[in-house]
Amino acid sequence: MSDVLAPTGEPPPARARRGGGAARYALNKVGGALLSVAMIVVLGFLLFRALPGDPVQTMTRGRPVSAEQIAELQARLGLDRPLPEQFLRYLGGLLRGDLGVSYTFNVPVTQKIGERIGPTLLLVGVGTVLAVALGLWLGARSAWRRGSRFDKAATGIALTLWSAPTFWLGLLLLSATGGLFPSGGITYPDTPPDFLSQALDTAHHMVLPVLTLVAVVYAQYQLVMRSSLVEEMTADHLLTARAKGLRDDQVRRRHAVPNALLPTVTLVFLHLGLVVSGAITVETVFSWPGLGLLTYEALRGPDLPLLQGTFIVLAGAVVVMNLAADLLYRVLDPRVRAS
Amino acid sequence: MSAWREYTRHRTGLVGLGALVLIVALAVLAPLITDPQGLEVTKATGGRLEPPSGQFWLGTDENGRSVLLLTLWGARVSLLVGLSATLLSISIGTVVGLVAGHFGGLAAAALMRVTDFFLVLPSLVLAIALSTVLDRGVGTIVLAIGLTSWPSAARLVRAQTLTVSARPYIERSRALGGGHLHVIGRHVLPGVLPLVFVNTTLAVGTAIVAESTLSFLGLGDPTEVSWGAMLRAASGSGAVTAGAWWYLVPPGLAIAGVVLAFTLCGRALESVLNPRLREP
Repeated sequence: MSDVLAPTGEPPPARARRGGGAARYALNKVGGALLSVAMIVVLGFLLFRALPGDPVQTMTRGRPVSAEQIAELQARLGLDRPLPEQFLRYLGGLLRGDLGVSYTFNVPVTQKIGERIGPTLLLVGVGTVLAVALGLWLGARSAWRRGSRFDKAATGIALTLWSAPTFWLGLLLLSATGGLFPSGGITYPDTPPDFLSQALDTAHHMVLPVLTLVAVVYAQYQLVMRSSLVEEMTADHLLTARAKGLRDDQVRRRHAVPNALLPTVTLVFLHLGLVVSGAITVETVFSWPGLGLLTYEALRGPDLPLLQGTFIVLAGAVVVMNLAADLLYRVLDPRVRAS
Repeated sequence: MSAWREYTRHRTGLVGLGALVLIVALAVLAPLITDPQGLEVTKATGGRLEPPSGQFWLGTDENGRSVLLLTLWGARVSLLVGLSATLLSISIGTVVGLVAGHFGGLAAAALMRVTDFFLVLPSLVLAIALSTVLDRGVGTIVLAIGLTSWPSAARLVRAQTLTVSARPYIERSRALGGGHLHVIGRHVLPGVLPLVFVNTTLAVGTAIVAESTLSFLGLGDPTEVSWGAMLRAASGSGAVTAGAWWYLVPPGLAIAGVVLAFTLCGRALESVLNPRLREP
């Protein structure tokens, strides 16, 4: 996370080697992503079955349980079998889309995750779009007027918001607006079922969670955009653009920003994990019924099958998004394509 | 000494350093300047969620304890966890980066593959999983943060190791018969350390935020006072809806302040050690 702030910026990792064909590049990236998914699957197993902590003991911590109950639970989770067999059963289940049964909700984990994916996509989608737009705009402006009062103020605010923990900003917003916005959930139960009222109610519920997510996430985009544009500003072609009589604004928009955008976009996707982390805390603070809140409910149980499921889904989603970014980068950057 | 003079040219870096010295001093001296008895719920003297007054400068929590006292003591756990977790993650990252950068080959490729994997993985999700399956406690939190935050350091160290390794004096040392351990320890490491130092300073802030987040989610040590745990108690006791800002603001401001101080110091250090970033 901290390297976002460090403008030492390594070159974007997505550059293909010269002579490597588009197909080979894509194959390479897809292979890498598949390997990552495999590692997530193995990690998901190791974390919850093979670590020194005893799953049954973890799940029954602080509750009075009899020996029969423990044996029953072990049999239900398949923990009474040897580890290799457990792993094969786990793999087989995964391939069939079976992540086991949630301990607290008593429904299949996949069903619970399916219910919660929509709200998270809505929250994270709207939040990320707003954060990227705000961050890129502020970053471009402060780089162009480097050292100005605007730059200093914008960078200072970004650093401060970046330093504050997500959940605290959420709590503050909740406390400061004092009941102006709903404190939790996605809709009121008594809202009419027609689309318009539901949409308006959802939007009303979304204001604070989205605001919190944007406040925490936009800073990294701004700082990366700023440092990448500052580097771009010494480029010779900008001098040419000025020499041919373009206005300052045009030079920035047409010649400087597009070039600075590329490394920024790559970094944005590379740090998507941060958005996921933000979603977990924001959803917890605002009881937003998404995957983040589900993770919180799972860790409170602790409901290990459910936690394993959310771990695999959230980590897998980030890997897939990264792959998408890598492939997109190739399409977007003509310099990579031409080589 | 010239590095220090260069550092003092960064006003924000000096502010950050000053703030850090003050906060660390308060945290270390907390047992001397305050009475730890006030931390015990049974010996609390105030009322429930009292606003700030002459007796309780920052009001009281839901158990009638002084929020100022809790915030002061909370600094101890937050700083301790932040520093130890960073130490752990930087150590792992430095070793992985050095090995991958110095030796190269298949082993390095495999190491970097694992690093990239952990770099992409949402660290909070992994940290939550780790601290849920292991026993609750400060040690677990340190482990969970340390084991999830090392990859960026590893990448940075590897890149720097590759740069340093290309320099002629490394080749000379090898030609004179220096073994791997000698070359790494005497020649590569000193070239990499400044960068590691900067990265450490920047990483402490991240670790402190991670600690507070895990504590807020209820994964911290329930017997210790920390800023994250305070905010958890505040939100659990209805302080948010009751408008008890004196309970919400101090711990969060403390986290943000410490993190900002570390970040400012790190950025100033960075521009001292990396002349390319110096403002014209």
